Amino acid sequence: MATSDLVQGQEQGAIGTRARVINDFSINVATVNGSGSQSANSVLLKSIFGMGVPVSGKNLFPSNIAGLPTWYTIRASKDGYVARKRTAEVLVALNPDTAKQDTLALPPGGVAIYDEFLDLKQYRDDVIFYAVPFDKITIAICPEPKLRKLVRNMVYVGAVAQLLSIDLGVVEGGLRKQFAKKQKVFDLNFGAVKAGFEYAAEKLTKQDPYVIERMDRTAGKIIIDGNAAAGMGAVFAGVTVVAWYPITPSTSLIEATTDLMKKFRVTPEGKATFAVVQAEDELAAIGMVLGAGWAGARSMTSTSGPGISLMAEFAGLGYYAEIPGVIFDVQRTGPSTGMPTRTAQADLLSVAFLSHGDTKHVVLLPGSVKECFELGYAAFDLAERLQTPVFVLSDLDLGMNNWMSEPFEYPATPLDRGKVLTAEDLDRLGKFARYRDVDGDGIGWRTLPGTQHPKAAYFTRGSGHNDAAEYTEKPDEYVAVMERLARKFENARKLVPGPVTVKDGSSKIGFLAYGSTDFALRESLDQIEKELAKSVDYMRIRAYPFAREIHDFVASHERVYVVEQNRDAQLASLLKLDLPAGQVTKLRSILHYNGLPLDARTITEEFAAQEGL
Amino acid sequence: MAIATPTPKVNHIGLPVLEYRGGKTTLCAGCGHNSISERIIDAMWEMGVEPERVMKMSGIGCSSKSPAYFMSRSHSFNGVHGRMPAISTGAILANHTMTTIGISGDGDTASIGMGQFVHLLRRNLPMIYIIENNGVYGLTKGQFSATADLGSRLKTGVVNDLPAIDTCALAIQLGATFVGRSFSGDKKQLLSMLKAAIAHKGTVMLDVISPCVTFNDHEGSTKSYKFMQDNDEPINEVDFVASFDDIEVDYDSGQVYEVEMHDGSNLRLRKLLEDYDPTDKANAVRTLMEAHDNDEILTGVFYIDTEKPTFIDLLNVVEEPLATLPEALTRPPKSALDGLMASLQ
Repeated sequence: MATSDLVQGQEQGAIGTRARVINDFSINVATVNGSGSQSANSVLLKSIFGMGVPVSGKNLFPSNIAGLPTWYTIRASKDGYVARKRTAEVLVALNPDTAKQDTLALPPGGVAIYDEFLDLKQYRDDVIFYAVPFDKITIAICPEPKLRKLVRNMVYVGAVAQLLSIDLGVVEGGLRKQFAKKQKVFDLNFGAVKAGFEYAAEKLTKQDPYVIERMDRTAGKIIIDGNAAAGMGAVFAGVTVVAWYPITPSTSLIEATTDLMKKFRVTPEGKATFAVVQAEDELAAIGMVLGAGWAGARSMTSTSGPGISLMAEFAGLGYYAEIPGVIFDVQRTGPSTGMPTRTAQADLLSVAFLSHGDTKHVVLLPGSVKECFELGYAAFDLAERLQTPVFVLSDLDLGMNNWMSEPFEYPATPLDRGKVLTAEDLDRLGKFARYRDVDGDGIGWRTLPGTQHPKAAYFTRGSGHNDAAEYTEKPDEYVAVMERLARKFENARKLVPGPVTVKDGSSKIGFLAYGSTDFALRESLDQIEKELAKSVDYMRIRAYPFAREIHDFVASHERVYVVEQNRDAQLASLLKLDLPAGQVTKLRSILHYNGLPLDARTITEEFAAQEGL
Repeated sequence: MAIATPTPKVNHIGLPVLEYRGGKTTLCAGCGHNSISERIIDAMWEMGVEPERVMKMSGIGCSSKSPAYFMSRSHSFNGVHGRMPAISTGAILANHTMTTIGISGDGDTASIGMGQFVHLLRRNLPMIYIIENNGVYGLTKGQFSATADLGSRLKTGVVNDLPAIDTCALAIQLGATFVGRSFSGDKKQLLSMLKAAIAHKGTVMLDVISPCVTFNDHEGSTKSYKFMQDNDEPINEVDFVASFDDIEVDYDSGQVYEVEMHDGSNLRLRKLLEDYDPTDKANAVRTLMEAHDNDEILTGVFYIDTEKPTFIDLLNVVEEPLATLPEALTRPPKSALDGLMASLQ
């Protein structure tokens, strides 16, 4: 049964009298940032995963290092729904500053597991409370005062595990994996888990309906965040030059890339087959990417909105001088600094047209961690094939949160290094013109610096040039290059990843979306079908320029809802620029932009309202 | 009867100087930048650098156009304003086996490009960085740049009331390992410095005063031909002996500072300023600061360090260019991915 937040609330009866809720609820762990709760949260998430229950985790954190509230929500869903839910039924209250508001946010019949000194019972009488003396338990098992802050978090894992019937053995297995090579650390942490577990078993009486029961829906699956997946994609694309500037939420993408490079990309002689440079700013980062791409390396950077803005001038150079490079944009809210630790899909328009003049870019839109990996490596092939910067748009929700996934598959095809002439080619040809469209696909042939041939060199410039790469201010020569670039972009429609038809029946109503919106939308479509008795179609877009199938999808529906996470309907706007005039009025928008990951209920309610249901 | 044509003189790799020429200049007649292009051609030819092994980089401005006017057989990248350091860094990371020469101007470096310039210096990126310094923005018709001296005057009568940035002092302080200043009109000094620059491993920063005949060559300018002829104070006489030159020169070791370069060639700096030691950073900066106070334009090699590791050394990359590594070396095998997937289950 696809329980929605609403339906779930309605089902809940008086405490103690209703049926158990199995594998279908959320846990909200409220802590203070900097308290080291992350590994405890991760252990709890992986324990539910270890029970075979589909699970997802979301870290809602402040733009701060220590002292501000942080919430981590874990959703267990037997139906495999992994989007955020508006309400969490189980609260673990460890932050005194937010304990009251967190308790008030619980649904009737919810559960609060709390630090005993907080005295939360005064706020609600329709919630089940379990008080745990975290400090007393921690002091008893951890003689070293300095470590208590960290160990304390593991006590809650043990208590929650016991209350929700999670096997202690599964928690132990997860912990062992996490602290694989550190027996002492494992002992200390598992000691804390056990102490919490034993306390709950001895002192707490289960009164709430929420339980985790073994399932078999996670066998063979992996858990990974989108940034780690994208970094892995880059490494398996054979990236060699990485230039970046630290920015939330993209930093962990580079860290993942670097870690893997150190592991897999060092020769037996101890030499690196890669270079990672922390640049002075994003202007320099993209400049290095283009310099490296020009000289023939597979190069990348990763950033977020403010960095994208800084990269604008160089992006235009990359487009016009036709230089490959891959730019990951892990989107966060804007405008300006916005809310740096909150998610959004609000960079699409600025990225698609990043820079002045007539500039447009190829943009890939991964919709899962698996696609962060797959489109992550495909971006490098496309950049070199099309000789242009390729952007990969992820977001904070997809990038920084843990997601369940099928294991990634090894790339089936060798690297596509694009059209590069060697000295032998030049011997055969006698000469070449860098920007001449000899193949009719809008893509010229290039040479790399260091090619040992007197005719290999050409002059790369962002100023007006003709097809022989010579400076020009002649109208016809300028137009010829611009038109060829437009043809190349048109050709890219066929080369970029096509859309995924998630549902295509005979409905008059269609949905279009991209990226992390997919998680909530899939759940919403089930709600729409079950609660509103409407069957609708859904196509997920995976790249700009838009493949022709997307035009066909719009053409074959009476109205099409475009769901996205920004205020200005950026995907819908981009579609309107691309669709035949007659199709444009079919588009409607469902928008979400409060910084929280999108939830299914928001879509369902907005759809019902617009449809007058 | 056939008329015998003289065989053109070739360098030690067998190329005539013609093979080092570029396109016809579009800069103003008499522009200092053209003389610098000529010296680059001479230096590259005399040093026997293969043109195909050179990358020419530049930003935006009159100076940055000049890579089009020398060495057409070399790949060239004329990027965006002030961003030549970043593009060069990327290109060198991709292929560190190349000789890289970047041409910038005083606006391109000391104003819009300052952020990237200082970080290039910090990294000791192996390249030759030339500032063609005329103290004005030429392409936008003669505004002061940040290297214009305090009190110098534009044609329009506007007097510069801000202090000049001394890019040499900055470069010495921040980590460039070969720093000097020359004058486009001093053929001998500039040629010797360029040849030594080619032999150096690390960042070479040469500030070359290069008068703008159109906007800054008048009375009251401190970057004019006349001013430089009157005020150029070389601190040393620069002499370069390439590793392939078999020349024995007698000299008084007390009067000459000799530097053995990375490639086995020799840089000989005859001391004109008493006891000037070009390996003493603090003294070099102090000397430059004092010269400013005395309204002197010092030229010569101010600082050299042949030992400091370059950015490429620090990155510990493989010998061959990263750009052309085979897939077998850059894409980890399937077993690597399988292992990662197992660890995530």
